[in-house]
Amino acid sequence: MQLIVNGASHDIDAEPDMPLLWVLRDILGLTGTKYGCGIALCGACTVQMDGMAVRSCQLALQDVEGEITTIEGLGTPDAPHPVQAAWIDHQVAQCGYCQSGQIMAAAALLALDGAPTDDHVDSVMSAHLCRCATYPRIRAAIHDAAQRLAPG
Amino acid sequence: MSRAGRIARRGFLIGSVAIAGGVAFGAWHYARPLPDPFAEGLDGGLDRRLAEGTTALNPYVLIDGDGITLVAPRADKGQGTRWLQAALIAEELDIDPSRARIVPGPVSKAYYNTALLQENLPLDPTDNGWLAETLRAAADIPARLLGLQITGGSSSAPDGFDKLRRAGAVARETLKEAAARREGLARADLDSEDGAVILPDGRRVPYTDLAAAAAGIAPVQDVVLRAPSQWRLLGRKTLRADIVPKSTGTQVYGIDLTLEGMLYASVRAAPAGGGIAKVDATNARAMRGVHAVIPISGGMAVVADNTWRAMQALDALRIDWRLPDGPGDQQTVWDSLTEALDTGRIDSRPRDEGDIRAVLAQGEVIEAEYRVPFLAHAPLEPMNATVRVTEAGCDIWAGTQVPDFVVSKAAALTGLSSDSIRVHNQMIGGSFGRRLELDFILQAVEIAQAVPGRPVKMIWSREEDFAQEQPRPAQIARGRGRATSDGVQAMELAIASPSVTASWFGRIWMAPPGPDATITAGAGDQPLAIPAYRVTGHRARETFPVSSWRSVGASGNGFFHGAFLDELFAAGGIDPMQGLIRLCRHDVSRRVLEELRDLSGWTGREIGPGKGRGVAFCLSFGVPCAQVVDVTDTDDGIRIDRGFAVADIGTVLDPVNAEAQLSGGMLFGLGHAMNCELTYRDHRPLQTNYHAYEAMRLYQTPEIRVRLLENGPLRGLGEPGVPPAAAALSNAIFAATGQRIRELPLAGRVRFA
Repeated sequence: MQLIVNGASHDIDAEPDMPLLWVLRDILGLTGTKYGCGIALCGACTVQMDGMAVRSCQLALQDVEGEITTIEGLGTPDAPHPVQAAWIDHQVAQCGYCQSGQIMAAAALLALDGAPTDDHVDSVMSAHLCRCATYPRIRAAIHDAAQRLAPG
Repeated sequence: MSRAGRIARRGFLIGSVAIAGGVAFGAWHYARPLPDPFAEGLDGGLDRRLAEGTTALNPYVLIDGDGITLVAPRADKGQGTRWLQAALIAEELDIDPSRARIVPGPVSKAYYNTALLQENLPLDPTDNGWLAETLRAAADIPARLLGLQITGGSSSAPDGFDKLRRAGAVARETLKEAAARREGLARADLDSEDGAVILPDGRRVPYTDLAAAAAGIAPVQDVVLRAPSQWRLLGRKTLRADIVPKSTGTQVYGIDLTLEGMLYASVRAAPAGGGIAKVDATNARAMRGVHAVIPISGGMAVVADNTWRAMQALDALRIDWRLPDGPGDQQTVWDSLTEALDTGRIDSRPRDEGDIRAVLAQGEVIEAEYRVPFLAHAPLEPMNATVRVTEAGCDIWAGTQVPDFVVSKAAALTGLSSDSIRVHNQMIGGSFGRRLELDFILQAVEIAQAVPGRPVKMIWSREEDFAQEQPRPAQIARGRGRATSDGVQAMELAIASPSVTASWFGRIWMAPPGPDATITAGAGDQPLAIPAYRVTGHRARETFPVSSWRSVGASGNGFFHGAFLDELFAAGGIDPMQGLIRLCRHDVSRRVLEELRDLSGWTGREIGPGKGRGVAFCLSFGVPCAQVVDVTDTDDGIRIDRGFAVADIGTVLDPVNAEAQLSGGMLFGLGHAMNCELTYRDHRPLQTNYHAYEAMRLYQTPEIRVRLLENGPLRGLGEPGVPPAAAALSNAIFAATGQRIRELPLAGRVRFA
């Protein structure tokens, strides 16, 4: 099966019901996307499919319809995406394990709503668990990223 | 100077050795040589760069033609200690730590942890008098004899503060001495900056050019550590080296390792003490990618060519479990705790002041019973370890807080010598104490033994992570006390808990004799002057294995003590903030309370209709921490509006990270106080994943304001933010609703918005 991840095409030989998460991690070696709960409760596995945030632990390989972007494809240490740049400036991460998923969800949110209210941020981002409770800095980084992404 | 003092000082002697093309600086061990940690192997091949026969040096700084490497032996679970250790060295070495290589280093007895042992001395944590300091210095000796390289107890900052700065300073001055000799100048006329010695004419000589020469001269020992006013890195805002990798998906955690020829595995195990009666693996063995189905101690493992296939094959196993003997339900636990209180056998009584009976007999007595549940650590990175076993040795790639014990247990399990067990510590995606345990690592060793020569990465499913928890114990406390409008006259707390220390040490080494200070920690050691004041620990029978959970004993006791004291204040009609300040007999703690009063704009527990404020204080790990929580009783339930936290850690070495630890610790405490418990049935927790263990989520996160004070001795902050939170919240709910909740989680009694 053909999979486009971060702009590159891959031929994947795997079971149709294998979750995208494990295809990314164990077959393609893209380990920035994390396994946390396996049942869409924590958000650590969040990637984007055609720009929409999806839980890769719940997305079977056969159901992938669109181009996948992972945290590695969003930006790089040398050229971070504005959301990543805000995350870095606010030093959001503690253990950091949830942050790939948080960032992918935040980037998808800001693509749909350039100036989200606190309530909108809460409603979208509450599906993402951070056991270190970095939430105040997540909130601040999202609003900061919105400013960075604002046109003009 | 006392003998202990001399020995402690000698322990900080920094030595040097030649390595290929350069020099290493580190701590010389006193009394007896210790194995050279680099002789047997280190990630990146540093091992071969150290010359033979350098058995007593434990390097913190390595410099050669390729650059500078800093060794940070304390494990990083997200608390930022790897960066702090690098910054402590770099501050004196005059380098930019973000351009150095920072490695966790190998297991070595010389990376022993002094500060942790000091916390377990029978001393009042606020006692900084001569005797207490002398005893703490003496504790340095057994810590080294035990050789514990352990990360825990919020000890990394105080433990490394002198050692690591001194290593940096000795290295700097020795490099300057090398330059001085080469140039025919006096060392005093040279300066240093950004990885180079600066000559009087302004020329820069990079350290890397001086490294080989520095190896040939005696290390300069007469260094004076810089005063905080001279610091460039410490106490200032810096960018932790792991922030960019963690924000770009490029941080490699243990779970992300990929090794040549690696196989993948997962495990399903019986509850502790149980096993497997019968298993049918026919279907599992036939599944695609399955390499082996292996019985291990107490369970089964599947080895496959990827993680998902291993987990799928585990689901296809048909297992008849053999459960442990005896009852395995929650009621048994509560019964064991009640029994410990009823029989009254004393494990310890760290506080016993005044005549408690006489003072209670003088008037109306307030009595209450409090409960806290089992709590899971449940860090977001599930437990995992990668192991390769060959005839010659065993390599273990895993995040661990106790690498020494990994070595000894893995040696016993494999029959290999300790020298041939190599632990490669990994960046950790959260721990909260979970990685003080060895269970997951030893399972991976067992699995790897079955496929010799190939590395195997073992990952638990989240369900397995919950099932194999060794939680914070459930505990019960009974309080009795009396208060008048003049103040709290008497307070007695009797706390029942199984011993975390005995349970944990019993698993990883051997249970120590004597009382367990963690049973009363955070309650029996509070700096309050109550005329009649007694705190007693009663050791309960261990029903399920229990373990250290962020802030350990203080996690439950902070709630018991802080909430019951609030009841007494209420009974006496006393403002709780004023009451705490008046009772406090420790200047550093009192200033924390006064700062919190000002930060929160405290005017009383009542702040308007349907609203309430709570305050709580807990001194834990030597850190006084006080918190205020504001709540509103809304139509949707209780909403936490704001949180305020103040703590004194003596010296704020990394302000960005310290604020995150205090804020994160308070939110961690609030989230679990609201929403979390593990309850047992048939020897297993009923909670199997995060749907039943929500802790804190963004929508419940209040605005948090924190402030750090620097009046006391240097302390770490990984844990002290947790203990006051539950009490501050339940006290706020009382202020808003009049309802006194004495059992966690609070969501069992009140709805949260």
